[in-house]
Order: sequence, then structure tokens, then C-alpha cells
Amino acid sequence: MKNPIGKQMKEGIITNNPTFVQLLGMCPTLATTTSVMNALGMGVAVIAVLTFSNLFISLVRKLIPKQIRIASYIVIISGFVTAVELTIKAFFPAIDASLGLFIPLIVVNCIILARAEAFASKNNPLMAVIDGISTGIGFTLALFSIALVREILGTGKIFAASNGTGGVQVLGSWYSPATVFLLPAGAFLTLGFILALVQKIAEKMEEKNHKKEVERFIDEAFAAPAPAEGESTAAAAEEEGGAD
Amino acid sequence: MGNIFLIMFAAILTENFIFSRFLGICPFLGVSNKPSTALGMGMAVTFVMTVSSAVTWAVYRFILQPLKIEYLKTIAFILVIATLVQFIEMFLRKYVPALYGALGIYLPLITTNCAVLGSALLNIQKGYSFGESVAFGFASALGFTMAILIFAGVRERLAFATPPKCFKGFPILLISASLAAMAFAGFSGMKLG
Repeated sequence: MKNPIGKQMKEGIITNNPTFVQLLGMCPTLATTTSVMNALGMGVAVIAVLTFSNLFISLVRKLIPKQIRIASYIVIISGFVTAVELTIKAFFPAIDASLGLFIPLIVVNCIILARAEAFASKNNPLMAVIDGISTGIGFTLALFSIALVREILGTGKIFAASNGTGGVQVLGSWYSPATVFLLPAGAFLTLGFILALVQKIAEKMEEKNHKKEVERFIDEAFAAPAPAEGESTAAAAEEEGGAD
Repeated sequence: MGNIFLIMFAAILTENFIFSRFLGICPFLGVSNKPSTALGMGMAVTFVMTVSSAVTWAVYRFILQPLKIEYLKTIAFILVIATLVQFIEMFLRKYVPALYGALGIYLPLITTNCAVLGSALLNIQKGYSFGESVAFGFASALGFTMAILIFAGVRERLAFATPPKCFKGFPILLISASLAAMAFAGFSGMKLG
């Protein structure tokens, strides 16, 4: 049997990626991906809130009456969000200035509430923490990839600080930055194209899996029959294949 | 008075919640299938946001500030909004059943709509007075309703379009949203308020 922790990690980061597969938390995804540094700041903040809220909700899951669980989750989550907000304000004022409103708005980020309701309220604290970390990393990677495209096309640089200084020049001086990628329109556009790419890859993988399954089915159908009743089983297999 | 007009104009057009601030994207993508559902959601949001702007402003000014616990505003506001939505739902069900029938299913969704909490926090951040806060909440919600209605119209047309297979569904929606956002970016040349 496969290691459940590794499986959970893969689930959160790839197969059930909160942004690309579940399409949750679109507001921060679009708003905070103007630069890679902003995206990473937002990602780390979400990882912190998600891990702690998952842990705490899992710990108290048996104490909360069913009827008021959503309200209780929101209070727990907003407590951790406030803690993270104050920490960022104190130690990373530049990130606070550029993310602004979107740090307190982590409270209403559907990813966190969805994980609390769907996972943390039903599993033990260890698994809840792992789920929080992996979903958080999945979210961060999604933000990172969107921000990478937007920042490179929008400014020609990556890893610039929040105020626009510094950063590594990626594209040469021949490239005139397309500022539209830093505007809201560019955010929608980039996410649209990335989602199309994700769908394309998923389609390809499904095709491959389907092909494999069909091959296995044919192998089994033709390898199984004993010599004496070869004809009838082959016919049955054909019939089955036709019905499929 | 002129100031309030400027705030409202800016909130609807130049700083539209959806197309320039990215607030309320989830309902924007989720319930914009048909103009009628979009209008229902828009009306529910307008109602809740106007009332919540007034109430959260009062909570901040008369409870949090005197006690010097402004840093708890996120928790306080989300609780106020959740309670408010519940109250509005009960009130409408009892006294205005027709309106409840129209808005009913959208109301619970509004608690986790970041536009509502966002407008409450923006009111405080910008230091608006009571009247300005209410005007800002109301106008932002109108801008939200307009955006979601426009987009519902676009989506009806999209149903007949034949994009490449991998663009079907969300990708093509987001790309059309991008075009709409470009149109709204045209308003940002006007610096207001």
C-alpha cells in the first residue's frame, strides 16, 4: 500500500490543485499575481493560515456542534488571518503595502473554508496539517506560475521587489514590455490560457490512460480463453468490446 | 454632495469591483449563466452590501475604536456580515416573501463573497464618513451587478461559440472576461475621487 502522507501531498499539489483543478480562490489568484514576489508572499500567508486553521479545526472537530460549524470555522480562520496580518505588517511592511486588502480577505478565501469543511472536520490532526500544507503549496505553485508569465511578459524581469526595483532581467533590451499583462485584463487572459493548457494536458493523459485500459482489456480478453472454448469467448469479448 | 457623487461614479466605473479590484470573482464566474440569475445575485449583493457598509462602519466607529481594538476588525466584520445575512434572510422570509423567493438561494452565498468584506474594509481604509461609506457600498454593488449582468449576456452568446476543445468552459470565459476588463480599463484614464 502506498504511503498515505505522500498520497495526500500529491492530491493537494497536483491531482486536486485548488486553483487549476477546483477553481477556488480566484480573487487572490488574479489580484496578487502582478509579480512573483507578491505571489510568493500571498502563497506563504495562505500556507500559514491553512495549516494552522486545519490543525485547530481538526483538534476541536468533536467539540463543535454540527449546526454552528461553519460560523465556528470562520471565527477560527479569521483569528489566524489576523495573526498572520499583524505579523506581515510588523516584519514585511513592503509586502503588506502591495498585497493590502487581500491579506485580511484570506478570511473569505473559499479554499480555506472548503478544506476545513471537506477535510479537517473529518480527519485526525496530523493528516489535516499535511492536507493544509499540500493544498497551500498547490495554491502557491499555481500563483507562482501565473505570476511568472505575467511578470516576464509585463516587465521583462522576474523577482523584482514589490516597489518595482531590483529583479533579474530575463528578456533582453529588444523586448518592449507589454504592460497589459500587469493590468486586470492580463490577469484574466493569462489564467485563461494556463487553464486551457491544463485542460489540454488532462485530455492527453486521459487519452493515454484510456488507451492503456483498452489494451489491457484486449489482452485479458484474448489471453484468458482455454483452447477448447476459444471461439465462444472470443465472440463474447467482441460483443463486450462492441457494447463498450 | 459632489464628493459622494464622485465616490459613486468611481466605484461603478473606474474602480469596478470585478474588473479592476478583483473582488467577488467567485460569484461572478459561478452564477453568471443566465441574466436572470445574475440579476438575482446582483440584487442580493446590493442589498447586503449597502446595509453591511452602514453597520460595519458603526461597529468600527462606536465599538472597536473606543475600545482601541481596531486590529480585530477582520474578525468583527466577518461576524457582523454573517449575522446580518442571517437576519436579512429571516426578515425577508417573514415580511417580504416575494423578495425572499427571488433572492433566497443567493443570500447564504454572500457571507463568503469577498466583495462584501472588501467594501467594509475599504471604507475604513479610506477613512470615509458614514454617508460616504453607504454610498460607496451601494455604488460598488451596483458596479458588481452591472459587470455580472454584462457578462451573463456575453456568456449566452458564448454558448453557441465553438472554441478549440481545450478552451471549452472556463478558459474561454476568462478570456472573454479579459476583453471586458480591457474595455473597463478605458475608464481608468479618468482620475476621480
